Amino acid sequence: MNKNIILYTFILIFGLAAPFVFPAFKVQLSILCVLIVLAITWNIQGGEMGYNTFGNILFYGLGMYLCASVQVGMFFPLAEWTESGGEKTFVHTPAQFFQGFGVGLAVAAVVPAIVAGLIGYSILGLRGHYFAICTLGLGVAAGEISGGIEIIGAGQGFTTPPFPKVGSLEARGEFFYFCSFIVLVLTFIAVKSIYSTRFKLVLNAIRDNEDKAEAMGIQTMKYKIIGWMISAFFCGLAGGIMGGLVGYIDSTDVAFDGREMGVFMVLMAILGGKGTLWGPVIGATIFHIFKEGFWTFFLGWQYVALGVLIVVIVIYFPEGIMGWLREKYPEKFGEVIDDADRKAQVELK
Amino acid sequence: MDLLIFQAPILMIQASMDGILLGILFALIAYGMALQWGVMNIINIAQGDLVILGGYIAYFMYLYGIHPAWGVIVSPIIMYFVGIGIYKLVINKVVDRDLFISILATFGISILFMQLMNFAFGADVVLANSGYGTTMLFDNSVTLPNSKIFAAIISILFAIGLVLYMKKSKLGRAIRATAQNARAAKILGVDTEKVYAATFGINAALCGVAGALISITFTIHPYMGLPYTIRSFMIVIVAGLGNLPGVAMSGMGLGVFEEFADYILGTEFRIGSVFLLLVLILVYRRFKLSKKREYLK
Repeated sequence: MNKNIILYTFILIFGLAAPFVFPAFKVQLSILCVLIVLAITWNIQGGEMGYNTFGNILFYGLGMYLCASVQVGMFFPLAEWTESGGEKTFVHTPAQFFQGFGVGLAVAAVVPAIVAGLIGYSILGLRGHYFAICTLGLGVAAGEISGGIEIIGAGQGFTTPPFPKVGSLEARGEFFYFCSFIVLVLTFIAVKSIYSTRFKLVLNAIRDNEDKAEAMGIQTMKYKIIGWMISAFFCGLAGGIMGGLVGYIDSTDVAFDGREMGVFMVLMAILGGKGTLWGPVIGATIFHIFKEGFWTFFLGWQYVALGVLIVVIVIYFPEGIMGWLREKYPEKFGEVIDDADRKAQVELK
Repeated sequence: MDLLIFQAPILMIQASMDGILLGILFALIAYGMALQWGVMNIINIAQGDLVILGGYIAYFMYLYGIHPAWGVIVSPIIMYFVGIGIYKLVINKVVDRDLFISILATFGISILFMQLMNFAFGADVVLANSGYGTTMLFDNSVTLPNSKIFAAIISILFAIGLVLYMKKSKLGRAIRATAQNARAAKILGVDTEKVYAATFGINAALCGVAGALISITFTIHPYMGLPYTIRSFMIVIVAGLGNLPGVAMSGMGLGVFEEFADYILGTEFRIGSVFLLLVLILVYRRFKLSKKREYLK
């Protein structure tokens, strides 16, 4: 326990100091925070509950559009804003900007959670690959449909309000970094406290055998919907911040980007190890470093690398880093293995 | 929202004819999907990308001065070996495992193919012009390109040929036996590994035919694969595995739905409506089955 406190303090200090120590990497670090949040939220579903979704990108994109729309719509007519494209006919004052962003984030978190709750009953009744394909369809459909809606910019995209002129030149990066870092910390604390309750055991029971869990008297549907709502809440929050950070929202390339973010969150969680608390965090960090390196040095070949990476990870490394460590050092994960067990394991091979 | 179709009912005939001809092509792709799903129990997200790759083969023949209709013969032969290659490299490692692993692994293949095709052929929307002209019906108010009729006829011929092959040939019987019970087939001396490879190859060849026909009748583009996968998945779940007339009917139904959605909602919502229909169908089935206290397996 003592060791854990030191670890968390160290991470917290590192997180708070990072934008000042590495000022050049502020944007990258903010994106890393968002990616970790996405991986953690995917893990609630795919890892703990066993419902492998491709559709959490729906909540991410929804949060992104909602945050930006609210931020604009609170002070200016939304339709005129999107029609004028990137031209700055309307300018937010600093107070308006921060107020709008705060309200926008709240909406971006709550509405996706409500949407998840509403569609949860019908969609979470599907099992296995039907669920996976259905959510894949949801994500793509959302992208295609939002690309046809005029008021949020349709095909030409949506420019989020530019950061007002306050403080130094570094202010924008620092603001978005701390936003995403706070969201990351909140997500981590929330998920960690959830994982220490009975709720996590219920989710695991659903993953291991849903019919048996139901036979034991667990109302599986209720827990599945709550799990999805928690997932959607933080997913939408991450999307809202990412929208402000990127500054431009496009329906299929930024918001509902199943080919990038939608796959990334699955891949990061699997790479780190599904069904563990730290797995998604480690997976997202490693993946982000790999991705940035590859995207920078082999521009154009990134999707080829991504495709190969998915195939390799899924086929040869489905347990992820945490799963591998667990197999190697079971004692560190609280599994008691005496000599008889160890011998039996060796004999089995 | 354009309601022209209700003011001019002749457009409904146009849309239905287009939809049926299109749907026959979808059914051909879905047949391949049903085959591999039934035999190997995998869902191949890269199905649509195999279709597009087949289309590019026909397109390249067209660029080099060969009539693209020959692509219907050349493309499946090349695609058969592409399919075998994919099977040997990736699919044989996911056959016996969790379905989600096959979905994710083929999703990776799909991304890989998309980008490689983008490099090799460019990001332009292309079309292989067959020069077949058009047929006019009902006082020239309904126009049907002959290439679409050609595509439908070729698809039907290939489907009939495949059904006969499955019924009569030795490999076809082995494939059907493996689909029924892989373990029993193995005990009785069927080399299931070979059967799996052949199944995936046949599936890829079917995609090749469909792709060549799509390159003649419609357009192809490296990133257009996923909608074809979703369409074929949808057709298979509506029809059920191994229900061939059902696959044909639901394929045509989907084609007609798409054409009407195109007219009524507008072209920008066409793909979106296909994906939304998938979600609606799955949800409908979920509620239908939950009445009997069952779930989709």
